[in-house]
Amino acid sequence: MGRLILRRIVQLIPTLFGVVTLAFFMLALSPGDPARVMLGERASQARLDELRTQLGLDRPLIEQYGLYLSRVVQFDFGTSIKSGRAVTEEIADLFPATVELALAAMVFASFTGIVLGVLAARKKNSLLDTASMAAALIGVSMPVFWLALVMIMIFSVGLNLFPTGGRMNIRYYFTPITGFYLLDGFIVLLREGDPKYLMSALHHLVLPAVALGTIPLAIIARVTRSSMLEVLGQDYIKTAKSSGIPDFKITFVYALRNALLPVVTVIGIQFGLLLSGAILTETIFAWPGIGKWLYHAIEARDYPAVQGGIIVISTVFVLINLLVDLLYSVINPRIRLQ
Amino acid sequence: MKKLVVAMVLLSLASLLIAGGARSESPTTPSGPSDRNGGVLVFARSGDSVSLDPGRETDGESFYPATAIFDTLVEFKPGTTEVQPALAESWDVSADGLTYTFNLRSGVTFHDGTPFNADAVKFTFERMFIETHPAAAFGPYKYWGYMDMSNIVESIDVVSGLQVRFNLKKPEAPFVANLAMDFAAIVSPTAVIAKGADFAFEPIGTGPFKFVQWIKDDNIIVEKNTNYWRRPAYLDRIIFKVIPDATARYLALQKGEVDIIDFPSIQDLADMQTRSGIKLINQEGLNVGYLAFNNDREPFGNKLVRQALNYAVNKQEIIDAVYGQAGTAAKNPIPPGMWSYNDDVEDYPYDPAQARALLAEAGYPNGFTTTIWAMPVVRPYNPNGRKVAEILQANFAAVGVQAEIVSYEWGTYLDKTDTGEHDMALLGWTGDNGDPDNFLNVLLSIPAATPPAGNIAFWRNEEFNDLIQQAKEEPDQARRTALYEEAQVIFKEEAPWITLAHSLVYSAMRDEVMDFVLYPTGKRVFYDVWLNE
Repeated sequence: MGRLILRRIVQLIPTLFGVVTLAFFMLALSPGDPARVMLGERASQARLDELRTQLGLDRPLIEQYGLYLSRVVQFDFGTSIKSGRAVTEEIADLFPATVELALAAMVFASFTGIVLGVLAARKKNSLLDTASMAAALIGVSMPVFWLALVMIMIFSVGLNLFPTGGRMNIRYYFTPITGFYLLDGFIVLLREGDPKYLMSALHHLVLPAVALGTIPLAIIARVTRSSMLEVLGQDYIKTAKSSGIPDFKITFVYALRNALLPVVTVIGIQFGLLLSGAILTETIFAWPGIGKWLYHAIEARDYPAVQGGIIVISTVFVLINLLVDLLYSVINPRIRLQ
Repeated sequence: MKKLVVAMVLLSLASLLIAGGARSESPTTPSGPSDRNGGVLVFARSGDSVSLDPGRETDGESFYPATAIFDTLVEFKPGTTEVQPALAESWDVSADGLTYTFNLRSGVTFHDGTPFNADAVKFTFERMFIETHPAAAFGPYKYWGYMDMSNIVESIDVVSGLQVRFNLKKPEAPFVANLAMDFAAIVSPTAVIAKGADFAFEPIGTGPFKFVQWIKDDNIIVEKNTNYWRRPAYLDRIIFKVIPDATARYLALQKGEVDIIDFPSIQDLADMQTRSGIKLINQEGLNVGYLAFNNDREPFGNKLVRQALNYAVNKQEIIDAVYGQAGTAAKNPIPPGMWSYNDDVEDYPYDPAQARALLAEAGYPNGFTTTIWAMPVVRPYNPNGRKVAEILQANFAAVGVQAEIVSYEWGTYLDKTDTGEHDMALLGWTGDNGDPDNFLNVLLSIPAATPPAGNIAFWRNEEFNDLIQQAKEEPDQARRTALYEEAQVIFKEEAPWITLAHSLVYSAMRDEVMDFVLYPTGKRVFYDVWLNE
């Protein structure tokens, strides 16, 4: 197992190298002069030249690339043109929010999706099956921003159950510790015995996580159902049934584990997509995450920020894929031999 | 059971009455400022600040919290573009209009305890244009360039501890209005030197509120400066909360999570007007949308033709069809919120018969063929250039003028109109400092009619031009007002444009929010705001 992990990690290096190279050249070769953007349209030539020198834009492209690589290896993505702050610092500020939201959405989507899928498969063509698959179809087809607004209208303004957005009651004047508010709330609870921050963070997380998790939930439910149906039709299940093993045990112990492989793949892919695709959810729920930040960076042609953002998101995507690969071998030991 | 229902209905009716009664009594204004409630105000806006050093930034979102934290030497009177003293108690202008000496307020300190004085003023501005200045590297200070200040200001001298002198390169009366803009906010020199580039994220000013905390993309908190140099603000704290989606902002307001929302969605305005507990205010933006006649091309050099086409246009139809609640019809080249706006000027009424008569008088009884250029982008002063052009086209056709609609990609459009390749072109302008010169000189003067032209009507009227040049060099506000008012009369009579519209900016808030006004310059000011609860 240890060797497998090591081998996979070594295999990551060329992938990440490719990501950095692509991120660099895609932007370096796109038209437009970042120095011009940074100074505004009425900038003097002297100021422009000075800034180009400062940003290294006056050097040959290949030299810029070399410099960029050497800095990225040290986790230095340069300085944001728009804000003048270190890109690493900006990402560190915003990334926890996105990760927290995406994790919560995935936990919700995976758990509910798998349960729904299994139940639907067991009672194939029953009312439960038809209803949950119809709901899944609606879930896939629904625009997230619309769903999010409707959820706010019903559960927040109408029923007054949840706040309309944000991560924490702003009147608590909360200063984040790690940036993961659930964790931060828990730390405060341990330190001061005051649960209100943890509760508020949880309270704020529910609606956005459900909104963001709806599409993956629907996909996971459908994949689980078809995978379960396939497994349930196999001979060893029939054997198990005829030897009198309880139905429940057959479904959740013998069948589900084998049916999970494609589901885990889908969960991995969906999680990666959520990280970059949370822009709409973040926008509606006023969730200060990386998706919205990256969108604005692209708009402002803030090259260092865009490059840094792409590299970080891609790296997380790659790491999740690694995790999925490793999970395979846990779920199905046969994979280790191959 | 029936009794119970009746009782419940009665009870709820009674409570409605009580609530209603309380509501109608509640807006009694407390007699003195001491009765005015402070409390915490949450202001929901669409985006985060880039940084809080107003000298560095150019966007409104950066300026909102900065306006609360900093003061300027002079400031706009609430809700207007008129300038009044602030950190400078008064100023003297030399006879030649080349030196401005500001007498500074004494006893003012920055939030870090640094005394405010002439050195601080000199430091604040010199960092923007002296390249060897210790704080020059924390720029670029973009707005200084936007306002062309390097071609206005020669040098800045400290006369005494509380007197500072600006030596100008040319007489420039609007210079004082520039100093009321956010970029001219006075910063604490000690804090800038100590914090370096971080100053922009931990700002120190003399303003009515002190910076407390900034959680990126989420919220910025400021608290009352109890040591303010005039009456302290009423509010204890302001939270500038980012809610990017306009509908989500409105939902948060309905739920009472926030107190004021910026830039409500136009689709929600009707609902806001009728919903109890919420009030809506608006203000004409500092902009104008217009159709310019190219006077260098036939037949637009003829005043009668220009007037005729003014008569031919049904402006209300354009407002109703294109702007809706987002704009009002324009009659002057400057917006109504601006000082010297001449409300006595009468717009050309919609009168196709008169238009035809004037065309005949000008020698075009059967009209003529021409082109209308339609801008390809959405602007506050013109949300749909194509549609405006189509209505104009139909209006002109009704009096016999056949116009073809032409459009280009935005950059090309600006280049071509700058050099006068158009017959008639839609365009507009958004002002900066609230000074009429920032509109009239940029858009209608003779010098501006040389390519690349701001004056894309290529209208060269000596009389109008003399008036606005005189006003530019005249330091006396009353005399400037008279000059600009006269210029607007000439403009209307000569009709180099069809003035179309000014955009309307809205803000919605809970009924309890008192004395929040919108400024034509787009500032958001909370100094006078209080909560009636």
